[in-house]
Amino acid sequence: MSDKILELQNITKYFPGIKALDGINLNIREGEVHALIGENGAGKSTLVKILTGVYTPTTGKIIYQGKEYSFKNAIDAQEAGITAIHQEASMFPELSVMENIYMGHHLKKKGALDWKEMRQKTKDLLQKMEIDINPDTPVKNLGVAQRHMVEIAKALSIDAKVVIMDEPTSALTLREVEDLYKIVRQLKKENKAIIFISHKFEEIQEICDCFTVLRDGQYIGEGNVAETGIDQIVNMMVGRSLDQMFPKVDVNIGETILEVEGLSKAGSFKDVSFELKKGEILGFFGLVGAGRSEVMRAIFGIDSLDAGTVRLKGQDVVINSAREAMQKGLAYVPEDRQTQGVILEQSLTSNITLPIIDKISRLGKVDAKAEKAKTAEFGRMMEIKAAGWHVNANTLSGGNQQKVVLAKWLATEPEILILDEPTKGIDVGTKAAVHEFISEMASKGLAVIMVSSELPEILGMSDRVVVMHEGHKTKEFSRDEADSDVIIKAATGHTVESNA
Amino acid sequence: MNTIKELMKKREITLVLLVLTLTVLVNLRAPGFVSGENISRIINDTSILIMVAIGQFFVILTGGIDLSVGSIIAFSGMAASMLNQSNPALPVGLVLMVGVLIGLVLGAFNGLLVAFGKVPPIIATLGTMSIYRGFTFVLSKGQWVTAHEMTEGYMNLPKGTFLGLSNLIWAAVLVSAVMIFFSRYTRSGREVYAIGGNKTAAHFVGVSEAKVNMLIFSISGALCGIAGVMWTSRYAAAVNETATGFELQTVAACVLGGVNIAGGAGAIPGVIIGALFLGIINNALPVVNFSPFYQMFIQGLIVLAAMFINTMMDNRKEKELLNRRSL
Amino acid sequence: MDTNKTLANESRLVEENKGLKNKIIALVTRWEGVLALILIAMVILFSNITPYFLDYFNLMNATFTFMEKAVLALPMIFIIMCGDIDISVAAIIALSSFAMGFASSMGVDTGGLIIIGILTGALAGAFNALFIIRFRIPAIAVTLASLSMFRGVSQAILGDQAYTQYPASFSYFGQGYIPGTIIPFELVFFLILAAGFAYVLHFTTYGRKLYAIGNSATAAKFSGVDVDRIRFTNFVLNGVFAGVVAVLLTSRIGSTRPNIAMGWELEAITLVVLGGVSISGGKGNIVGVLLSVFLIGYLKFGMGLINMSAKIMIITTGFLLILAVLLPVIMDNVKKQNKLKAQRRA
Repeated sequence: MSDKILELQNITKYFPGIKALDGINLNIREGEVHALIGENGAGKSTLVKILTGVYTPTTGKIIYQGKEYSFKNAIDAQEAGITAIHQEASMFPELSVMENIYMGHHLKKKGALDWKEMRQKTKDLLQKMEIDINPDTPVKNLGVAQRHMVEIAKALSIDAKVVIMDEPTSALTLREVEDLYKIVRQLKKENKAIIFISHKFEEIQEICDCFTVLRDGQYIGEGNVAETGIDQIVNMMVGRSLDQMFPKVDVNIGETILEVEGLSKAGSFKDVSFELKKGEILGFFGLVGAGRSEVMRAIFGIDSLDAGTVRLKGQDVVINSAREAMQKGLAYVPEDRQTQGVILEQSLTSNITLPIIDKISRLGKVDAKAEKAKTAEFGRMMEIKAAGWHVNANTLSGGNQQKVVLAKWLATEPEILILDEPTKGIDVGTKAAVHEFISEMASKGLAVIMVSSELPEILGMSDRVVVMHEGHKTKEFSRDEADSDVIIKAATGHTVESNA
Repeated sequence: MNTIKELMKKREITLVLLVLTLTVLVNLRAPGFVSGENISRIINDTSILIMVAIGQFFVILTGGIDLSVGSIIAFSGMAASMLNQSNPALPVGLVLMVGVLIGLVLGAFNGLLVAFGKVPPIIATLGTMSIYRGFTFVLSKGQWVTAHEMTEGYMNLPKGTFLGLSNLIWAAVLVSAVMIFFSRYTRSGREVYAIGGNKTAAHFVGVSEAKVNMLIFSISGALCGIAGVMWTSRYAAAVNETATGFELQTVAACVLGGVNIAGGAGAIPGVIIGALFLGIINNALPVVNFSPFYQMFIQGLIVLAAMFINTMMDNRKEKELLNRRSL
Repeated sequence: MDTNKTLANESRLVEENKGLKNKIIALVTRWEGVLALILIAMVILFSNITPYFLDYFNLMNATFTFMEKAVLALPMIFIIMCGDIDISVAAIIALSSFAMGFASSMGVDTGGLIIIGILTGALAGAFNALFIIRFRIPAIAVTLASLSMFRGVSQAILGDQAYTQYPASFSYFGQGYIPGTIIPFELVFFLILAAGFAYVLHFTTYGRKLYAIGNSATAAKFSGVDVDRIRFTNFVLNGVFAGVVAVLLTSRIGSTRPNIAMGWELEAITLVVLGGVSISGGKGNIVGVLLSVFLIGYLKFGMGLINMSAKIMIITTGFLLILAVLLPVIMDNVKKQNKLKAQRRA
């Protein structure tokens, strides 16, 4: 094959208290799409930040175009020809498309910025990508997919030799994914090296030539996609096979506890209706930005609704805050654990008792004994691994933090539990424990809504599946009807249920 | 279809209309308010505010605030006046440069605290506000520099005219032009917008937050230096209380000019019009028989009202935007 | 990466190494420890320079100069704990004092004056809260504008005049002593109040919620904490106590001018931040603030005894405020560096 353009040797990265990467090797060749595979938390994002100069490695060598490099900052890496399309929101919403593309490497003429040239080049670039966006539009006016395309245009604008794409398809529809593949193939033809980060295997098979697998911050192996086969890659990635993962047991489904009808919120979702029964796990599937979390947030009273009714046990209710939702027996484990779920800088005790703090107090004074007892009860139930209940949540691993969030919501003794991406970014072992736990709670009669972007999780855990696309509920499947094909189709807008 | 510029323009046009309406109203009560002479006086009176407000604009653009502007003006003005008093032979231009340099150093110290000490701008400048004010007293030993202790040349610095406009107005024009160029046509200028818009994203494309903070606080300080020299020479007095509470007026000019107080959005032309708006009000108060003691209250009221309207407009725009999306 | 295990091991190591020496190190590297050490050093220093410093009568009387600011710092703890700020407090004092002066000139008696003073403060606080919480305008911007409105009212109406007529009994709060002792009423009043605030902050659900909001307002909201209501209450509370301080201060100096309590917002914020309450919220306790109250109060008293000018004190306050924020950052960095070094060695 062609020449090696980028090589990482034995890269290690420490953060205070954490060894994020340990002995990573990576070999990237020109004209090749290289899959970087690993579960959330495997160290992919840290590695990308090292490649793009955002972080410097603690030890190890970066060899680029035959020379040893050390990138001091993002500009260094960009000028050398390495660029990344970041997963995180890395746009300037108030600024124009053209400026978002050129920020950090504005074009100049005679000492002043050359807006005319930048506008023209942006136009050319967008045209080449076959996207119809005005270069002067502020990015805040664009939709999710358009923003993503601007991200890609930004990467291409600096004529990079190595392009890193961090989960580029997670928010795209099928058609947009095809557009992206077209661009990737085009880049390949231009002999650029592409590092493609993903955990979707269809995607890896479709577009990638070779792969490197990371697990828990360590290098596991590399190879050729076609020769290795997906099964073996999966094994490398998770360290065990998939079928052990979903301990879903059959349960007796009880009476309806929650009905929502015609929920709408401008810009987020429209006319969403569904019902939930006791003992049931209702899966919510869709692409990122389909409006699932928004629906849940509105039901839980975090955001307001424009229209629609929520009925609990047959009674119409209006929920205006999380507090009211809680009092009515709802619990919500939010999507973003680190900012919405736990309070990182506070003790596990404070975290677990926060939602019930009013219940374990008298005349406003906190009952310290009850506080300890509740923490211990629900902390043990979730089998949280920590040095003690007094330690801060930020000393825990992602999986244990998620257990803290689950513990704090179970302490409220809810009747309806809404889980938003409950296993995002946690290690495989904890994932299985969380699944087992969800299944067990449902069998005890808890009604569960589980929002997830992981199809295997949805298929493995749900009694029923609701699929959303661009703010609409497109389809609903029973456990027997649900398979990956029909769900994906519904999630990408191929079948729209008519909501009369 | 240049939406952002359109919106900015709209806001600036609204502001211009507001300024015109206000002027006409005042003129109805007090005919003669709109005269070439009076208008030139208003602009002259507002020039210092324009310069300092532009410095404040950059700081607010990053989401910070500079509360020390008044104290920097006082210190650099006092220092320049004392220099002029003790060395009357020194060219006025040199005195001005010393004043600017002093302002720059004090501003850079603010920048240092924010950029490398990780002290939030509000705390850093709240602290230096009293430190620099205290320094002014220490420097002057509590004394004033009055008109008869200053040289003619010093006092004429802002008053001299060129093409019919005072040097002070020219200074404001020059500062505005340079700063508009800086904010639109230099990488550093755009980096200020980047930091204000999204710090993480700015970091990804290699924009250094520390560098931007150093830069904007230094600019703010240097502009306060110019203002300090102009202030003391124009009023022919350097007192320890110079420009007390001036920070509010500079923030007011920015807010009136449509600058988002939380950072990320705004432009200098708006700030200039905002400053002129305040200048007209200050000039109109005595004309319409309001005691100057009302000035403080009215300024506070205007700032609050402007922020309120800005927020409401932003909310409405956001709603429209959401409604326009495919749903 | 098995963070969990590494961290568990690490904390076990810390546990095992807890000898006496480490305990001392742990204490002095805690912020309150640092403050206490500085306080002790200061007392030793001043008592060696001047014999008038360590004098019971002087120490008691000196509290008159800083108890009002100390009272102001207590509700400010709640505000800053939630990541907010209020730079209009001193202007609220001016407004309250003005209202009392006006009422007094109308013949209102002492009891009525107190009610008017506190009510004015509460309304001013609610006014701030309305714009900050209801209309979502940043606290710094709102209070910057409202400070000029509040002080502007008394300036607009009083101009360069002053109210100086107050009932005789009104003077007790700011000037009086506990009967039969030389302990100022203000000192006792502050200590009782501080105990109350300590109770709320450290033992009640309200206190828990303050910490939760300060550390992550989003997570608190998602956990059913009524974030807006608590922040609103904080601002009203701050107004109420600015009204209380207006009573004490007006009573002590017996007059109301528009520039009354000028710059006190800076002093109150300095007390809180120097006391170890994080300016970004979520961290700190009452003990630290109490230490900083007496540290700054007696520092100024001592400096006054050795004839340092008031301006030097203003400069000192400014530096202390900045240092209070700067030092923890530096200490934190050193700790992080050490940790990284230890890791690399391992």
